Amino acid sequence: MAERLIELRDISKSFGRVYALGGINLCVDKGEVVGLIGDNGAGKSTLIKILAGVLKPTSGEILVRGRPVAGWNAAKSRAAGIETVFQDRALAIQQSIVTNIFMGRELAGSFGWLRIAQEEQEARRLMREIGFTSRVFTPQSIVGQLSGGERQGVAIARAIYKQADLIILDEPTTALSLTETAKVFHFVRQAQASGRSIIFIGHNIYHVFDVADRFVVLDRGKVVLETTRAETASADQLINFMERVAHPAATPAEGSR
Amino acid sequence: MSDIAEPKQKEWGDESMGAGPREPVHPAERPLRRLVLANRAWLGTLAVFAAMMAIFIVANPRVFSNWGLYASVLTTLPVALFLTVPLVYIVTAAEIDLSFPATMGFAAWVFALVVQAGYDPFLAIAAAIVTGMTLGLLVGSLVVYANLSSLVATLGMNFMLRGLILIITQSKSIALVTLGQSWAYAIFSSQVYGVPVQILWALAFVVFCSLLYNRHRFGVQVHVVGDNPDSANEMGVDVNRVRVKAFVFMGFGAALAGVFSTMINFTWWPTSGDGYLLPVLASVFVGGTPTWGGIGTVVGGAIGALIVSFIQTGVVGAGLSGFYVQFFNGLIIILSLIGHRWNQIRYR
Repeated sequence: MAERLIELRDISKSFGRVYALGGINLCVDKGEVVGLIGDNGAGKSTLIKILAGVLKPTSGEILVRGRPVAGWNAAKSRAAGIETVFQDRALAIQQSIVTNIFMGRELAGSFGWLRIAQEEQEARRLMREIGFTSRVFTPQSIVGQLSGGERQGVAIARAIYKQADLIILDEPTTALSLTETAKVFHFVRQAQASGRSIIFIGHNIYHVFDVADRFVVLDRGKVVLETTRAETASADQLINFMERVAHPAATPAEGSR
Repeated sequence: MSDIAEPKQKEWGDESMGAGPREPVHPAERPLRRLVLANRAWLGTLAVFAAMMAIFIVANPRVFSNWGLYASVLTTLPVALFLTVPLVYIVTAAEIDLSFPATMGFAAWVFALVVQAGYDPFLAIAAAIVTGMTLGLLVGSLVVYANLSSLVATLGMNFMLRGLILIITQSKSIALVTLGQSWAYAIFSSQVYGVPVQILWALAFVVFCSLLYNRHRFGVQVHVVGDNPDSANEMGVDVNRVRVKAFVFMGFGAALAGVFSTMINFTWWPTSGDGYLLPVLASVFVGGTPTWGGIGTVVGGAIGALIVSFIQTGVVGAGLSGFYVQFFNGLIIILSLIGHRWNQIRYR
């Protein structure tokens, strides 16, 4: 078997009395693309935020390369080699591309003074590497002036700047054009080829089916299905399964407010 | 790696690739354009200042060719600069601080007490700075960790600290008669060829703070925290810490303002700093820093302080009665805001 990168053991998260996650077990191996699927409110975003260290789990354990990590937070998550491209793209839109790429890990010399020329050079390299090329913007362009796809490019460039071992893409193809989606897919395969692991979250099951090796389906805070690409005949089979989970004939509706 | 890009497509940033006819440089990359784009906020403020001064000079050329008028502005302006510039940081971090007048008074009080006790003024300056930064830490922690609205919490702190000064001193001022003979006074508050030396210190402070704002990790983090605190948090920036640091920095500036103002007057008054609240707030916004956080300009703020200082002198110097000062103050504020609205693109 491949080397185990990250393992979540029995992760629960509750906000007050609302249970967002109830006992999730999830592992990601090196060089694997895991597709995380689930309806709205299934707990995908909560799970991702826990992995990224933004939220703290109510209970459960996080293991990095087999070792449990205590006091999990955003900084430790990054130190473990996890980079996240959040759904809302998490960009500071009044700032330049450079500022966004180096947010939280500015290239600074003595006494914290920035190495601006070096940052700009690195930003150019990264944008070129992921293929988000355009003559309309420069590294000093303000993110607010960019299109949705270009902003996604900035977010991905930020994720791959450090040689991350695990990249989490939270709905990276939502609101993107066809060619931009193709670029994201290409990036995923390229990252996988270079030995990185990816968690790919998507509403569009066809997109997830195209890129992932393994699928994890979440529903109301629980893993309801774990299957591999080899075991699944088609994306439609996954969609059928999810519809059965979402609308089982006998289940009454959730308590109304 | 670059096989993702369509082969025909030129990549940005590759102007030097010499194949075929020269690709035009991206307009925003041309040096002059880039300079103007990067500095448009404060260049606009400078234009407002130039226009205002032109009107004053035309209205009364005789008064405005007199150096004494400028010397008097340059003596009082530094105090405003030490307050305005750190406040730009606070506003950029999407907070506000209304407690700096009391922090300034408090730090100046400590300065006066230490000098009065017979210690060297340099030691007194250090004590004032420590006091200012401690109060900044207190105010910042209250706002950030108790999660209070900075507008209301700092307003409360301003009253409380000022009240504390009045209670303890029984509203008595402190005269510092020996200050004029000290080395510290010669270095920080004398005149060189008719130029008040404190303006040079204030200018050095503005330049340093501008670099800190644009080219230092602290400045960049203040920007991102004001722009999108959730994103900054996700990227591992300690958002609360950056906010508290901005308040500590404000305390530092307020302490310097307090020391300089006491040195100009040889006297500390219990009301020291009170008159600066509204002019300094006005200077920040006239200078081109918007109210919503994430962006701002230190140099613009400094020019804003210059504008606000000159309005009073200018209106009286131009031959109008003192009653016109407030009216023109307001007029300039409103006109500059309209100007900045047009000059800035708002993304949020």
